[in-house]
Amino acid sequence: MTTLGVLLVLALLLVVFGLLFRLQILTSIFSGSSARELGTSNRVNAVLMIVFLVVGGAAFAWSFGDNFNKMNPPIASVHGHATERMFWTTMIIIGIVFVLTQVLLFGYSYKYQHKEGQRAYFFPHNNKIEIIWTIIPAIVMAALVFAGWKEWTRITGPAPKDAVVLEIMGKQFNWLVRYPGRDMKLGVVNYRLIDATNEFGFDLSDKSGLDDFVPGEIHIPKGHPVLLKIRSRDVLHAVYMPHFRVQMYAVPGMPTKFWFTPTKTTDEMRAQLGNPKFDYELACNQICGRGHFAMKYKIIVDEPDDYVAWFSQQKSFSEQNPDVLASLKQKEEKLVVKKAAAVIETPAAKASL
Amino acid sequence: MAANLPTQAQVQGGIGVTESQITHDEHALHDDHHHDQHWLFKYVFSTDHKVIAKQFLITGIFWAILGGTLSSLFRLQLGWPESTMEWLTPVLGKWVEAGKLNPEFYLALVTMHGTIMVFFVLTAGLSGTFSNFLIPLQVGARDMASGFMNMLSYWFFFVSGVIMFISIFLETGPAAAGWTIYPPLSALPQAIPGSGMGMTLWLVSMALFIVSQLLGGVNYITTVINLRTRGMSMSKLPLTIWSFFLTAVLGLLSFPVLFSAALLLIFDRSFGTSFFLSDIYIAGQALPNVGGSPILFQHLFWFLGHPEVYIVIMPAMGMVSEILATNSRKPIFGYRAMIGSLLGISLLSFVVWAHHMFITGMNPFLGSVFMFLTLIIAVPSAVKTFNWLATLWRGNIRFTSAMLFSIGFVSLFISGGLTGIILGNAALDIQMHNTYFVVAHFHLVMGSSAFFGLFAGVYHWFPKMFGRMMDEKLGYIHFWLTFVGVYLVFLPMHYVGIAGFPRRYYAWTGFDMFSQFADLNKFISIAAILAFFAQFVFVFNFFYSIFRGRRATENPWRSTTLEWTTPVVPGHGNWPGEIPAVYRWPYDYSKPGAEDDFIPQNVPYSKTTSSNLPYENDNE
Repeated sequence: MTTLGVLLVLALLLVVFGLLFRLQILTSIFSGSSARELGTSNRVNAVLMIVFLVVGGAAFAWSFGDNFNKMNPPIASVHGHATERMFWTTMIIIGIVFVLTQVLLFGYSYKYQHKEGQRAYFFPHNNKIEIIWTIIPAIVMAALVFAGWKEWTRITGPAPKDAVVLEIMGKQFNWLVRYPGRDMKLGVVNYRLIDATNEFGFDLSDKSGLDDFVPGEIHIPKGHPVLLKIRSRDVLHAVYMPHFRVQMYAVPGMPTKFWFTPTKTTDEMRAQLGNPKFDYELACNQICGRGHFAMKYKIIVDEPDDYVAWFSQQKSFSEQNPDVLASLKQKEEKLVVKKAAAVIETPAAKASL
Repeated sequence: MAANLPTQAQVQGGIGVTESQITHDEHALHDDHHHDQHWLFKYVFSTDHKVIAKQFLITGIFWAILGGTLSSLFRLQLGWPESTMEWLTPVLGKWVEAGKLNPEFYLALVTMHGTIMVFFVLTAGLSGTFSNFLIPLQVGARDMASGFMNMLSYWFFFVSGVIMFISIFLETGPAAAGWTIYPPLSALPQAIPGSGMGMTLWLVSMALFIVSQLLGGVNYITTVINLRTRGMSMSKLPLTIWSFFLTAVLGLLSFPVLFSAALLLIFDRSFGTSFFLSDIYIAGQALPNVGGSPILFQHLFWFLGHPEVYIVIMPAMGMVSEILATNSRKPIFGYRAMIGSLLGISLLSFVVWAHHMFITGMNPFLGSVFMFLTLIIAVPSAVKTFNWLATLWRGNIRFTSAMLFSIGFVSLFISGGLTGIILGNAALDIQMHNTYFVVAHFHLVMGSSAFFGLFAGVYHWFPKMFGRMMDEKLGYIHFWLTFVGVYLVFLPMHYVGIAGFPRRYYAWTGFDMFSQFADLNKFISIAAILAFFAQFVFVFNFFYSIFRGRRATENPWRSTTLEWTTPVVPGHGNWPGEIPAVYRWPYDYSKPGAEDDFIPQNVPYSKTTSSNLPYENDNE
């Protein structure tokens, strides 16, 4: 009933608005104001252009300054400092162009508003000016491309040989992380072996997988290159770590990688931010379904010594899940038997034909 | 303003009058014949380009309102993630669960908003309306090369829209994998319910939409190449036509690639192929597919997807060039440079697609190449901007509603375009990819800009479409509310993006690092919803003016191009008599020595000896 009432009131309001509008038009026609309209309304709009430029510009500058600290996630990686510098340098360059062009746009709009008896200046082209303003952006772009290209090649270049390796696997809707264990080799996995306990699809017939461990949070050492091996077992995800300026898709069927060097431990960052509860976070940044917005994982940057201590305390997956190991062996034996049977059966079957 | 208007004879110039006096019997008969057409063929299954244009426009308005409503819904969620949505139950039904929006439905909202706005509004609604309406009128043709194909183009679009619309009401919801429909999410109903029937209908709808685009595109290209009137050389075409022409070329070359992507995806979804699927374990089951690549889909998708943003923006650029020149009463500055930059943008738009994929695991060397090509495209865009500014310089500017929206377009294009320089840089894209920085960037540079181009076009050509004027005061109100609103929405969105907020998040409340901008998000939501409601001023003005607007004259803006030499409401065949011939370029505004401050294209140089430049005297 109330909804109906509200709708009725809205409808009546619309009717009233329509009538008022009609009245306004009729009066303006009778008073003959439409002939003079260009004069007043043109001036009003021209002034509004300047008001927009000044008030809008001031509001923009104020809000940008006001939010500046909030919009910069603290940086904790080596390449992050470089890209951050480049980001703000580029921002300054485009900021200058932004201010210049907007001031000209609204300034000209105001200055060259229609005046009775004034005639526009017939100025169809000027090759000199046009060449200049083609070449200048081209040069600036070339410089930016070159800087970007150098940084990009450095970041995406091969990881140092001594990098700490870990694997991050995305799934709906959380992350799974795997370290290679003492042998520094990640074991073979097979997506067909995945089940509720063996979430990685460990193929434990591969011995290098026996010491792999699956912790509940990521630990990485400060000042040491870290190589992330990234994959997904269902849909696309993206490993996104804003504090380290790290982002890379997790693609099913195509392993990807990203390496970086963390520069601040979690404790150092907590002290710097004055926030004892601070933690580095890993988020998913490629739409992956219902839980996309909640794929959070904790990253802890340790001093190298602490990292080593943590690393040596971890129990391997096979050790923690002896039943998986056993069932895998069983599966494997069955597979072998089946294969053998197939080998025997085929000639037999053929013979029986 | 009415007092300033010249008489029809003045507008058409001497030559126009004499030529139209030579009766053209055949066509006159033709005209009469069409007057007693059945209404069904006159207004519904019409082959007249002007009617088809209006059909595209009104359908586009419908979709724009729907697309805007969807965005208001998800902005409610983003602005007030903790509050109850119970009050929306009467509309959304089961998608509100225990007072909360269903997260999958949220993703469906985002997906449908993107799909509707990009394809149905800014591709079909914008280019469909104005390419159809203006190409024959401005090149001096009676109609499109094939009126029948043109009609099919609209009706394919219509059916495609019906299918997309139906998909919204499915039990499992519409497509929800983002408007880019990346597989495997879009291929597997186990991954998200929207990838079931919703996605099937999405693909079918898009396939029909592509057919519509191709039918339209072939027509636009053929008409521009073959049906130009006497004297209308390519170098005398208005910039609108150049932009529609190149837009059609882009569409014709890129939409088939999207079609192939859609087809392969249909195969993967329904016939067990593995083009895009490999090594997948989902819903407790390992799928048999191996060897496919989800990245392949992205290459195919963006091979259309990137030209698509230019398909959206170039018609707006063309119309804005035209409107800026007309209302500054000045020739567009650097006409040839404007064509050159359109050509440059068109060419480059085909070789920059992988900048959407820098961090997908694609070979980094490829990333370097695409970064280089992407940043080059800033040069023609910069040239266009400078030329627009130079057009305003020392003009005699009349702020019609169309002019306001054109100035707004330039402003938004600058603001949005500049941040493209950041995103095109692969090293910076590592952090910015898929954040709200990207969302803010493309909503300014192609979303809002193209919308402004659309509004400018509607206000400017409304008199020729419906024979009446739109209300200018409401136009001003609409412009200022929208302009301020758009900036209030998208400027702060950059801050959120720089802070690294990911897009397509149902809520950011789960993360400490994304917790700092709750107030700003609320602010953005309020601004977005208000800006959306401001659009109803336009809707009212539009429909009211169709029936009750002030009556228009033949050439209310005192413009030079051919469409203004037609009667107030051009009938079938556009010109009652012979089609006027063209003698000069379309931008003879405020020419020194000329009596009036504009000389229409159909006025020969022999009639304007006082204003001719030295070389123009020998031109005939």
